Amino acid sequence: MNKFSVKTVVAIGIGAALFFVLGRFVAIPSGIPNTNISLQYAVLGLFSAIYGPIAGALIGFIGHTLIDLSWGGSPWWSWVIASAVVGLVAGLPSKKFGLAEGNFAGKKVIAFAIVNAIANAVAWIVIAPVLDIVIYAEPANKVFAQGAFAAVSNSITAIIVGGLLLLAYSKTIAKSGSLKEED
Amino acid sequence: MSAKTVLNYIPKKSVIHELTGTTKLAFFLLFTFASMLTYDTRVLVVLMVISFSAFFLSKIKFKEVRGIFLFLLIFLLLNNFFVFLFDPGHGSDLYGTEHILFYITKRLVVTQEQLFYMVNLTMKYFVALPVAILFISATDPSEFAASLNGIGVSYKIGYAVAIALRYIPDIQRDYQAISQAQQARGIELGKNERLWNRLKNSINILLPLVLSCLSRIDTVSNAMSLRGFGKNKKRSWYVKRKYTSKDFAAIAFGILILIFSLVVTFHDGNRFYNPFV
Repeated sequence: MNKFSVKTVVAIGIGAALFFVLGRFVAIPSGIPNTNISLQYAVLGLFSAIYGPIAGALIGFIGHTLIDLSWGGSPWWSWVIASAVVGLVAGLPSKKFGLAEGNFAGKKVIAFAIVNAIANAVAWIVIAPVLDIVIYAEPANKVFAQGAFAAVSNSITAIIVGGLLLLAYSKTIAKSGSLKEED
Repeated sequence: MSAKTVLNYIPKKSVIHELTGTTKLAFFLLFTFASMLTYDTRVLVVLMVISFSAFFLSKIKFKEVRGIFLFLLIFLLLNNFFVFLFDPGHGSDLYGTEHILFYITKRLVVTQEQLFYMVNLTMKYFVALPVAILFISATDPSEFAASLNGIGVSYKIGYAVAIALRYIPDIQRDYQAISQAQQARGIELGKNERLWNRLKNSINILLPLVLSCLSRIDTVSNAMSLRGFGKNKKRSWYVKRKYTSKDFAAIAFGILILIFSLVVTFHDGNRFYNPFV
């Protein structure tokens, strides 16, 4: 834990703050009554891709815990842990993306989409419902229905919004090898 | 200052407020785990008595937190509704008997077991509520980082939480400014737009917000590096207070509650208290 760079510590803090603001105050109606598009998972995908799996997991964990606490109740730990898993899995290939160099295109975009789909599927179809059953003994078909809905809507948000954000962000970074000696 | 509005800190003079943040965090976690692990109605009733008496000790008035109670009540009602709708026979599956009360439709049968199960499920969430409110309303947010460090979490993670609490109001203000500027240009997120356009428009708002956050990360981490953050294995805290005998008593009480609830719940090898057999 003490190997964290200062930048990672700050990225976790600010990432969690952004996750909180989007999750708590920004509601985009999804078209289905009483369900909203959770933009925070797009940002979680983006921050995980830049800062890596541990930062991603902690952003999801802290951000989600703060959201639950700010509503006033005790956190719904099964879903908090699922958010951490999203960040963890989505951040695994962050070294391969090499976003510091700004070369984000082609295959990397597809890899980003796939890894975010997997992350959300694992978190919402496996982790969250299983923990709901273990901790709260809720009926299986209910928690898996909830989980499937969350998995689909969160991966679409993460891939479309997160992917487009990442594309735009990578264009703002000076690419390595972008400077050439004049002939 | 502004982080206090996020988590609704209510300063008061009471026994609970005098406890250190570390104690409250530790007690909150012990109590939550006790309520999460048990499904025994008797344990839940005892836990409920404890958490409501702690709430009265804190001198926080009910009307100060009424909104929270209402919100959670609606949430729990909705959750119970869906539990019943998806699986009306779940209670009978858990308790192994079936005492039918009445039929709503052929599939939606109301049984004593189902009602009992849903009462337990609701209590399980509800018992932790007063303790959670206490933890949030009676702990100064500036003590959070020190408290996390106090229960053994790396101080760097504690610091990350402190940074999150510090920057939530700033980011919220940025979000509002950007969103209003974009709305002035005709970019909408509401129901008047089609779903695809809403997603596309959200990018117009998120991109400036994300970029400003990323540059903020650079600024803040540079400032912290300059001050030598993270050089040592430990650090001290301005807000950290000395433990008193009350703190030790509270933590010991928390551990006792957890042990009591585990023993009563699991002594017969079954997590559920079954009054039907």
